[in-house]
Amino acid sequence: MRQWQLNLRAIALIGAGLLAAAPLPAAEPPLAVYGETVHTMAGPEISDGVVLIVGGKVAAVGPAAAIAVPADARVLRGRVVTPGLIDAHTVVGLAGHLNQPQDQDQLDPSEPIQPELRAVDAYNPREKLVAWLRGFGITTIHTGHAPGALVPGQTMIVKTVGGPPDENLLVPVAMVAVALGDAARPAGGGDKKSPGTRSKAVAMLRGELVKAQEYARRRAAADVEKRPDRDLRRDVMADVIEGRLPLLITANRVTDIASALRIADEFGIKIVLDSAAEAFLVADRIKAAGVPVILHPPMLRAGRGETENASFETAATLRSAGIPLALQSGFEAYVPKTRVVLFEAAVAAAHGLTFAEALAAITVDAAAILGVADRVGRLAPGLDGDVAVFDGDPFEYTTHCTAVVIDGQVVSDAPR
Amino acid sequence: MPGAGATLPRREGPYTAGMRDILIFLVGLAACLPLAARAAAATTGDRPVAFVGGEVVPIAGPPLERGTVVVAGGKILAVGPADATPVPAAADVIDTRGLVVMPGLVDTHSHVGGGWGGDGSGPIQPDVRILDSINVRDSGFRKCRAGGLTTLNIMPGSGHLLGGQTVYAKLRPATTIEDLLYRDATGRMLHGMKMANGTNPQSDPPFPGTRGKAAALVRQKFLQALDYRRKVTAAGADETKRPERSLEMEGLLDVLDGRVVVHHHAHRADDIMTVLRLRDEFGFKVVLHHAIEAGKVAGSLAAAGVACSVLQLDAPGGKLEIMDAALDTAAILERAGVPVAFHTDDPVTDSRLFLRSAALGVRGGMSRDKALEAVTLAGARMLELDDRIGTLEPGKDADLIVLSGDPLSVHTKVLQTWVEGRQVFDREDPDDRLFAVGGFGASRDQSAQACCTEIRLSEGQ
Repeated sequence: MRQWQLNLRAIALIGAGLLAAAPLPAAEPPLAVYGETVHTMAGPEISDGVVLIVGGKVAAVGPAAAIAVPADARVLRGRVVTPGLIDAHTVVGLAGHLNQPQDQDQLDPSEPIQPELRAVDAYNPREKLVAWLRGFGITTIHTGHAPGALVPGQTMIVKTVGGPPDENLLVPVAMVAVALGDAARPAGGGDKKSPGTRSKAVAMLRGELVKAQEYARRRAAADVEKRPDRDLRRDVMADVIEGRLPLLITANRVTDIASALRIADEFGIKIVLDSAAEAFLVADRIKAAGVPVILHPPMLRAGRGETENASFETAATLRSAGIPLALQSGFEAYVPKTRVVLFEAAVAAAHGLTFAEALAAITVDAAAILGVADRVGRLAPGLDGDVAVFDGDPFEYTTHCTAVVIDGQVVSDAPR
Repeated sequence: MPGAGATLPRREGPYTAGMRDILIFLVGLAACLPLAARAAAATTGDRPVAFVGGEVVPIAGPPLERGTVVVAGGKILAVGPADATPVPAAADVIDTRGLVVMPGLVDTHSHVGGGWGGDGSGPIQPDVRILDSINVRDSGFRKCRAGGLTTLNIMPGSGHLLGGQTVYAKLRPATTIEDLLYRDATGRMLHGMKMANGTNPQSDPPFPGTRGKAAALVRQKFLQALDYRRKVTAAGADETKRPERSLEMEGLLDVLDGRVVVHHHAHRADDIMTVLRLRDEFGFKVVLHHAIEAGKVAGSLAAAGVACSVLQLDAPGGKLEIMDAALDTAAILERAGVPVAFHTDDPVTDSRLFLRSAALGVRGGMSRDKALEAVTLAGARMLELDDRIGTLEPGKDADLIVLSGDPLSVHTKVLQTWVEGRQVFDREDPDDRLFAVGGFGASRDQSAQACCTEIRLSEGQ
């Protein structure tokens, strides 16, 4: 009976709405989303449930029979209702669908180490691919700079609405992206460009972190005069050293995964492993290190090279090893220009993850790894009113996403 | 079948020995079916094999809820309801109750095998055959079989106006490309011709810089081939008057004489219309490939009677010509009456998930029947192989797949793939399973196809 809760503010708002005794503080009418099945990801699924959203926040979740829905509420209905989905790593918005120089801002190849590059300065909220993802129920994306340089830049977390990016940011600076292995080597670089080898890449990254340690120490000096001049690059890396920012380390080969864990250990910094195609070979090491994994899209083109050993079953392997796991759409350089994390979770669900585990990897577990679990990823009172509605099992190929809600606003109601 | 003999029996699979067989034997006795009549050589292609009791999706007609398919000598002998289709006494029996049997999948556009077509010397190279460059030990072939694919049209890339001759490949176990070939009654190998327009073939001279130049180059080359044909015809039996033999011209005459179908890469609606214009001028047979904007000109395509092999993509973009990719293109074409197939364009989409293209077609509004036809019979028609493959009908090649469930469900797995009555994929075999799900070594070539030696390379020699 305690699976659903009303928070006090919501009760007050509903009461006010019902009695019309006082003006509502929220300009928008409430929204009630009914589902034959509601997956709250905050407890067991609810049959014939409703999600009530007031003022952009979830006010109540529970069986329809137990929730008082205001008479003026807008109503949506569907077979299956989930929290708005989270793509735990993409480059969409910085990388546009045209794949022309003017819409590719995910990588500046001029220098190997540029942690000072902010994602928000390059993000286009009206990019067609943002709307494309939104149409499949994806309401939050962790997006930013792409592999292709050792430290290509920062990432951010944003809602997939088309307004000014600053208004829809959850986290302006989420992580600092790092690429090891082939993706660290400058594109088209000759042998005089660094890093030209794996060892050189790690040496350069360690060197940068050593400098950041020194900068952080001096930055913390009590005497203002003894503090160093502001340096954007060092500011960011000092935040990493001080544990305020994690490194998002793209590493596919075991060699590179091991390097990432070694660096985290050496500097005592937080890292998140990204892509991690061979993680299934060293799951025990990753588990022991307590490092979360934002796994490559299961459908990534394994082909030749560093992801050639990728498996559809890696998500299940990591999950059963007890490693915090989220799924991502990743980075695509050609056609199609992005993947859809809903489709990727479906393939993971067909290869060893349970339905609930696969859904968690694109909702609650993704939110936890990204540090935004107090805002998104579950349907629970007080959290953002982000909802996806489906006409069947969300993971079946033939199901449609029929409505998408962000902060209580219906942003899509065309079946896709 | 030329080239089909270079194989040895696979080792015994789970359907040929063990406790499970004893169990099935007892069940079989109780059911008065000859389910015990199995033997170790279930996969040689010579003994009859019966797939008994499961749902059969023949494509040629409505699904049979409980059906039987009998194959022998590499061909389909019988397809019908389980209670009305006799199983030969000598047949090895596969119990398919709870499973689904359908034709092997036909991929009209694949790039597996590492093949190269034309080089950088020029935009039109009809003398080049991709078959001369294919590595049959490429792990991609193992993945294709794991995805239920039994026939591929392996194509040169789209960086040429005419990139060379394709090859129609039957995914038999193989030691050389010859083992994969389709041949007609005269022994001629069957293939298509790859052409492309739009931005991919554009480059510095001698490649075209514009669409207008591209069409002019193609037209001039075809006109040259018509002249060549006129001179050959005029010379008649007089060899002294014949023009010097030209492989290029012979390749183009295969097209102009209708012996070879043009498989034409085209994305944008205007590029599609250019293909129709060239077809009208020169009268060749053509299938449009990718056809991203075909939905915008569906009426013209229907009127022209030109078929489309559609590439089903998860998102638009990646290049300008694909900015309007949509999930409903195939559905629009179906409603307009345009024949529709899907293809993998492997590596653009994964051959192991080819059935997903059909399912996404349904998501986009296609009928279920046409979506399943689009990965079987429709593709067979586009390769002009529909008298041999694409449906489960008596007399056709015994190319079929056994699925764990609904072909359009994400949860369904290809359990077995059979080519000409010979099992070429078994998901219960760990060596095969590696290629179905991936993992360490799944993209390694040379050990990837130990089909043709007594000692499996992966087990050491």
